[in-house]
Amino acid sequence: MPRSLLPYYLVLQRLGIALLTLVIVSFAVFFATALLPGDVAEILLGQAATPEAVAGLREAMGLDEPALSRFIGWLTGLFQGDLGTSYVNNMEVADLIGGRLSNSLRLAAVTTLVSVPIALTLGICAAMWRGSIFDRAVSILTISVISVPEFMVATLAVLIFAVWLGWLPALSYGANVDSWGAILRAYAMPVISLSFVVSAQMIRMTRAAVIETINTPYVEMALLKGASLSRQVLRHALPNAFGPIANAVALSLSYLVGGVIIVETIFNYPGVAKLMVDAVSTRDLPLIQSCAMIFCVSYLSLITLADVIAVLSNPRLRK
Amino acid sequence: MTATESNTPLVSVRNLKIGAVTDSGREVEIIKGVDFDIAPGEILALIGESGSGKTTIALSLMGHTRTGCSIQGGQIRVGENDVTAMSRRARAGMRGTEVSYVPQSAAAAFNPSKRIIDQVIETTEIHKLMPRSTARAKAVELFRALALPDAENIGSRYPHQVSGGQLQRLSAAMALISDPQLVIFDEPTTALDVTTQIEVLRAFKSIMAAGGCAGVYVSHDLAVVAQIADRIVVLRGGEVQEEGTTDQILNAPHHPYTKELLAAFEPSPHQVIASTMDDKQEPILEVRNLFAGYGTVRKGEPPVKVLKDVSFRLERGRNLGVIGESGSGKSTLARAVAGILPAYSGEILMNGRQTHHDLAKRSKEELRRTQIVFQLADTALNPGHSIGSILARPLTFYHGLRGKAREARVIELLDMVHLPGNMRHRVPSELSGGQKQRVNLARALAAQPELILCDEITSALDTVVAAAILDLLKELQNELGLSYMFISHDLSTVEAICDDVLVMFKGEIVEALPALRMSDLATHPYSRLLISSIPKLSTGWLSSLEQDPELIAQFANR
Repeated sequence: MPRSLLPYYLVLQRLGIALLTLVIVSFAVFFATALLPGDVAEILLGQAATPEAVAGLREAMGLDEPALSRFIGWLTGLFQGDLGTSYVNNMEVADLIGGRLSNSLRLAAVTTLVSVPIALTLGICAAMWRGSIFDRAVSILTISVISVPEFMVATLAVLIFAVWLGWLPALSYGANVDSWGAILRAYAMPVISLSFVVSAQMIRMTRAAVIETINTPYVEMALLKGASLSRQVLRHALPNAFGPIANAVALSLSYLVGGVIIVETIFNYPGVAKLMVDAVSTRDLPLIQSCAMIFCVSYLSLITLADVIAVLSNPRLRK
Repeated sequence: MTATESNTPLVSVRNLKIGAVTDSGREVEIIKGVDFDIAPGEILALIGESGSGKTTIALSLMGHTRTGCSIQGGQIRVGENDVTAMSRRARAGMRGTEVSYVPQSAAAAFNPSKRIIDQVIETTEIHKLMPRSTARAKAVELFRALALPDAENIGSRYPHQVSGGQLQRLSAAMALISDPQLVIFDEPTTALDVTTQIEVLRAFKSIMAAGGCAGVYVSHDLAVVAQIADRIVVLRGGEVQEEGTTDQILNAPHHPYTKELLAAFEPSPHQVIASTMDDKQEPILEVRNLFAGYGTVRKGEPPVKVLKDVSFRLERGRNLGVIGESGSGKSTLARAVAGILPAYSGEILMNGRQTHHDLAKRSKEELRRTQIVFQLADTALNPGHSIGSILARPLTFYHGLRGKAREARVIELLDMVHLPGNMRHRVPSELSGGQKQRVNLARALAAQPELILCDEITSALDTVVAAAILDLLKELQNELGLSYMFISHDLSTVEAICDDVLVMFKGEIVEALPALRMSDLATHPYSRLLISSIPKLSTGWLSSLEQDPELIAQFANR
């Protein structure tokens, strides 16, 4: 294989691995949900159900088929874009998720736009002035944020900004979104709470990655050429830290789709995470499976994207 | 000194003191009041072993100290600048323009993600010395002067796309682009192969002579320094031991330490012991048509083939040297014999009996007989274990020793390598490089082997320390009747300990020679090139050395 094609080969390899992982994950998701306690038919029919009725419903829903054939049916459905029908209200799962997913993605996008630039800037600056008061302050702040559970942050935010000060609405969904100012106000609290949670890890990883490259001989060489501190860091250290930074960012951001249940609950925000929890309480298997797959896909695509960035930013693999 | 008194020196260092803070917070003085001058156009060498402070002093001329160190006192003047009193901004302004730096390992000092030309002319961009196009033209001119191939286009490559010797010359171009008054060379050829080193030294020498700028050449290798320096300062433990012209230091050293350094350079040749064994005895190691390589073996062959058809015999009680440059496959040979890298074809016979290629399939007894000692004791010794437990493991594994008996044996082993018994309570980081290498050796001895594979075990050590390790190896051989397979890139080391020498090139043995008469008997062109490339302790060696350019083109790793 010509050397110039190597990066593309590696990228294709990563994509292939991602696809394979997805199939394995779908398998795990399907059978893990199948193991959930409780029988859908019994729950749907309530306590007064006769055994005959339960059996009839099971047959009608196809629950008596072998698990493997149900899995294959479900998987082929997924590939054709058919997520199935909800057990609980007979609505298309795709319709149920559609609106929720766009809500979740909107929140995730706004949080990303706010937190990534701030986290990278703080991380790089902390690495640049390592050991300074600024660096220590950032370190203490990030460690405290990691240690404080997010429901604390979110509840405190509601208490302070919505209850005491009354500056921001306590509920973001359904709030007035006519103007830019109103949108900002509506999203401010969930975004702040989520940014706190995801930034801390990004700041720490960015700082570590940049410090590692600052300690290399080529950055010392730049110093000995008379380069200023910012030139040493931004021109020489940072480009070689892209790979690990991209990975840290991807890991943190993947949390924004599936892991935001607490924040969604506290601000009564109708996202996918909340939908999934509701689905679990009603044993709505198709819905649970679809939500789980969405979380996995978003996680996998972020991680794969980070891997691809790491491959493409490595000059040794370039022509 | 008379030459520098007659006109104003370019650099004058007076009573320089540099301190460092250790990990435990203790302050130590690492440079203890050093004085020297450098005249314009003069090249001064700072010679010393690791820890002598030579690099620390050289970097302080640019107002730079590495993490944890700081200039505590004294004065450094370079041209018009009082470096010790300058502000940070002024120091940055001086770096690259008036004083520039050629790093020890250019491979590490070039940023892997930027094109070479951008890094070479970066100094002119930082200090706004000249327009970009002028700087590029000047860089190409320097590339030509440094005898770099394809001077027009070499700059557009990335650092990993050119060889180590070329990178080292490119780093000299990077230092000279701004016409500095002083260039600091920090061990610039230490990481290179000998055949490559010659070309780089020649390039440095001619360009320094043409440019007329002064230089500081930091090195541990007196023979290299003899070729390029006008004067030599001998350092030890942060103090100047002796200062003089190159001729005086080489031919009439005053200080005992300088004499010791010179003596270590020429180790006593190995006394060949007449073979007392009768001919019927099987050789301790015999290798027949060995092929080995890296990667998954498919259809009986790995994708990267390194060793090609290697055969040799090592008689009991004798020592076999294997020499070659980086990439010659000499370490791979040791790994294949040890079974760490299973050979995919050929035979390994130990004491006349065929041995399995794969370490995992050898019997405990076979494993015990052959031990390997690695180059870097730092990475070979587990930093979290005490010396005692490092040595105890093989004792339990091979001999089933436990408790008191094991502890007694650990002390005995430490004694064998001339270390005090109470060292067993320490961890590797508390030992010096030479001590660590002794522990590394003691671990191999713990198995009570018959054959020890020594993979470049003295390469990372200072000359005096390395000479002591070689003496220890000889002593152990006399006491324990060991055989060594000694892998090295350094001919004088091999001469000092081996009976026979194999010269390797690109995975093949090109020639087998008796150690003591290598230079006389070598007939293969590569062996002759390699032997003639070893620097000699004489000032005129490099200028008078003539090598066949065709030979170089064919064999040198440039």
